[in-house]
Amino acid sequence: MQEQALDRGLKKTVDWRLIVIYLALVLFGWINIYAAVQSGEPSSIFDLSCNAGKQALWIVGAVILSALLLFVINPYFWESISIPAYLVVLLLLILVIFFSNNVKGSHSWFELGPVKFQPAELSKITTSLLLASVLSKPNFKMNNWKHFLLAALIVLVPMLVIVAESETGSALVYVGFIFALYREGLSGWILVLLGMAVLLFVLTIITHWWVSLIVIGVCALLYLVHFLRRTSSLRLRRRVVRNGLITAAAAVSLVFAADLLFNKVLKDYQRERIEVVLGMKKDLKGVGYNVHQSLIAIGSGGVFGKGYLKGTQTAFGFVPEQSTDFIFCTVGEEWGFVGTLFVIVLYGLMIFWIVRDAEKARSAFTRVYGYCVASCLFMHLFINIGMTLGLMPVIGIPLPFFSYGGSSLWAFTAMLFIFIALDRQEKKYF
Amino acid sequence: MENDNRSTKLLIGLAVVLLVLLGRLFYVQIINESYKTDADNNSMTYEMIYPPRGVIYDRNGKLLVGNKICYEILVTPREVKDLDTAALAQALDTTLDFVRERMAYYHDYRSRIGWRTLTFLKTVPSETYMRFAEEQFRFPGFKAQVRTLREYPFNAGGNLLGYISEVSPEFLNDHPDYKPGDYYGRTGLEAAREKELRGSKGWHIYQQDSRGRQKNSYHDGEYDVEAVPGKDITTTIDAYLQQYGQQLMAGKKGSLVAIEPSTGEILTMVSSPGIDVEVLADFGKHYSVLSKDKNKPLYNRAVSASYPPGSVFKLVNGLVGLEDGVLQPWMQYPCYNGYVYTSSGRKLGCHTHRSPLNLEDAVMMSCNGYFCYVFKSILENPKYKSTEEAYNHWREMVMSFGFGRKLGSDFPSELSGNIPSAEFYNRYYKKGRWRFPTIVSLSIGQGEILTTPLQIANLAAIMANRGYYYIPHVVKASEGVEIDPLYYQKQYTLVDTLQFPKVIHGMWKAVNAFGEGGTANVAHVPGLDICGKTGTAQNPHGKDNSVFICFAPRNNPKIAVAAYIENAGFGASWACPIASLLVEKYINGEISEGRRDLERRVMTTKLIR
Repeated sequence: MQEQALDRGLKKTVDWRLIVIYLALVLFGWINIYAAVQSGEPSSIFDLSCNAGKQALWIVGAVILSALLLFVINPYFWESISIPAYLVVLLLLILVIFFSNNVKGSHSWFELGPVKFQPAELSKITTSLLLASVLSKPNFKMNNWKHFLLAALIVLVPMLVIVAESETGSALVYVGFIFALYREGLSGWILVLLGMAVLLFVLTIITHWWVSLIVIGVCALLYLVHFLRRTSSLRLRRRVVRNGLITAAAAVSLVFAADLLFNKVLKDYQRERIEVVLGMKKDLKGVGYNVHQSLIAIGSGGVFGKGYLKGTQTAFGFVPEQSTDFIFCTVGEEWGFVGTLFVIVLYGLMIFWIVRDAEKARSAFTRVYGYCVASCLFMHLFINIGMTLGLMPVIGIPLPFFSYGGSSLWAFTAMLFIFIALDRQEKKYF
Repeated sequence: MENDNRSTKLLIGLAVVLLVLLGRLFYVQIINESYKTDADNNSMTYEMIYPPRGVIYDRNGKLLVGNKICYEILVTPREVKDLDTAALAQALDTTLDFVRERMAYYHDYRSRIGWRTLTFLKTVPSETYMRFAEEQFRFPGFKAQVRTLREYPFNAGGNLLGYISEVSPEFLNDHPDYKPGDYYGRTGLEAAREKELRGSKGWHIYQQDSRGRQKNSYHDGEYDVEAVPGKDITTTIDAYLQQYGQQLMAGKKGSLVAIEPSTGEILTMVSSPGIDVEVLADFGKHYSVLSKDKNKPLYNRAVSASYPPGSVFKLVNGLVGLEDGVLQPWMQYPCYNGYVYTSSGRKLGCHTHRSPLNLEDAVMMSCNGYFCYVFKSILENPKYKSTEEAYNHWREMVMSFGFGRKLGSDFPSELSGNIPSAEFYNRYYKKGRWRFPTIVSLSIGQGEILTTPLQIANLAAIMANRGYYYIPHVVKASEGVEIDPLYYQKQYTLVDTLQFPKVIHGMWKAVNAFGEGGTANVAHVPGLDICGKTGTAQNPHGKDNSVFICFAPRNNPKIAVAAYIENAGFGASWACPIASLLVEKYINGEISEGRRDLERRVMTTKLIR
């Protein structure tokens, strides 16, 4: 065995494509962070008093971390500690609510001297690990409602705690786990219904509750006509009617809950952000200002961009949070459509290869974990870039590997390299 | 569970979402021109428009507080390029060190400042700005913003008008509707009428290229907000009289207050030593010196200082005695250099005069002994079971004259003075252990009584009106400016109006009867029929305070005045000439030939060491 492992060395066992993309994203992110805070007086990219310099340190740390995960820690170790790790991080998630300073309205950062970190970043990893561990059990059946409930709770518990931390953006990422669940046998209807629920919510807010009710009525009618014509079995017909009624009732209550949720539960700033995206409100001084500036920055890049370090919108502080949440603006402005296309293709390829590797894996644990990683990356990508393009409300979550910040970079690095190590282990022995 | 189908579906979903993002990027970056039409770098800038603060007029429409334009130089440090510091210092009329120090500061804090625009230099006068504007192209990153400064065309009413200053961080915490860089009224009228004077800010939104050139209004000004100027305030002050009062009070410590009795409008309110209006215009520069001055020029003594009223309070005691029926105008009491009030022979002294006197002459000569008898008969009135009960009755009567409580004027920081309560004496001497001899000093306005000069002036107005007053106030109602409806209502004292003429004749004789021992002959002005009462209040900190109240003419009075001069001796020596000169100036418009010497003596004498 041992010899075999040595024979199938690094070159053949490690998915180098993922590592190359990873390094490309991290380094491209780093030079864009430098551009984002470039001021009139030039300072070195290694200047530790500016973000780019600090990011250089974080990157060195991330490389060391990835080496540890690849060569030192046995990846099966992760499966064995998935339950305690999940519980410890959950405890941290709860504790941070009580022992943290208020950062822009949210209570999600631990501060230990100069070091700050967000348990929510770690929680994505531990949730993925536990979900993979549970779903990969041979007797796990998605259509057994008890099993499904367990899987759902593993995702929902940390998600709700994060909502309680007022980090709605991070919580939204957890919705992505539904893709992993779908891959493992969750009914596709759940995905469709979830998508429709979002549409219904938006429709209710921008039009009127009765418009939504008419839409629900039409859909219910189409559904009944479609399925009742396909079956003549009384038992099946009864089930179709029952499911239809439950879904319609849920949809109607959602319509009425949407209004309540939107006006009462959501905080003012959250409501404003949604209103801006839906075009209900032009708030050019407040929330709309950010999105407007972001679009100007990206739009002004054109096809080839203004050139590295030549951007003015992002570097001069018109765009807020330009090195963290709005880093994509710098890419758009200085590298143009070519640059944004490059970044999106990199992410697309990374997710694609993770999914392909996961599919090839013999161990179910590796497969489910791989899908969880791909889902999280996808959610971050979509929410973050969607936000800078005015397609999503302003939700402060980072662009993986790209945005400034050590806690986020290390967490994503760990998440990815645990998968690469798991994948390597497969190839090593089979 | 092997399920390649699902994996493919998910990957197709991924591709669709990424294509949506790319499609949107393609639209924003390549197709849509609106993000590029305004050149490559377009950004919105907000230009604040500060409203002019309301101005303040005197009762005759003369401008007391106006606005003058000045400029604030703003700088966006990140836009600054190739700065010629020496040229900038010269253009802005400031020192090279100042410019260098500021630029070093911006450099040190560059990451914290970011792209923000900061105030470089405040209150730049128009002439300097003109010079700067000519050369502005040489200083990229610098621009000017119009602000208004206070301007005082007339040296009158420094303490009354108050000053404005930039908001402090503490103030901002309590007042979220203010922003850093705003100004607000700190004291006086500026503070009392902040709400009306302030106005509201506006802004223009511009789109601007990165070199600060070529500005266009954003969406044709759809989101712009116009500034609303502050409302103007008309005061009841007579600017010329106020100025004349300040000249009379120069070099003396105390207050001079004049009220129009028929309205309660304050014509003049001088607190001396006070602050000159030049100081108000640039208050920050003078504050530290003024706040350390031992004569406390910042403090408006007319409403914020309380003193024993002295003999002018005898008028109140006389009126209460008349109302209670324990005193009749014809009653005579003896006085041989004072009143003996204990069996052991302790005596409250009086000056030498003929004896016995009736009420009228006792007022005229300000006889201490007489009013001790009056106060004794008030407190020992058989109608009441105890001294305490009689005292409570007396106190209620006195407070109806506006003593011992705030008058409720529209002026900030008014004090209430003090008419001690029966409980106070119960605590001090124990219940039932105090009687008339214990508190004999109250007979002549000494002891624990404290009054503000405004309250004493209000007493003069009550005398002038024969029994009522209007709450003294300094702001007249005008368009957009309301005053308390209470200010239009007569406030009656608890003494019947019919009792007043019995005392007023004594006041008239004090000024106008020569050769009979009147205390205030120096106030006599032929034809004016001034009625007055002197007072000499003991001051524990040195020489007695000189007090005088008067009104004129005797019938249909136009002005009621109180002068309270600290450490100036007898009432007749300083308070009396000052008050009478003010009356003469107001009614006649000028000082008669025969009183010019008096005027000169008053104006040139310095009593403050």
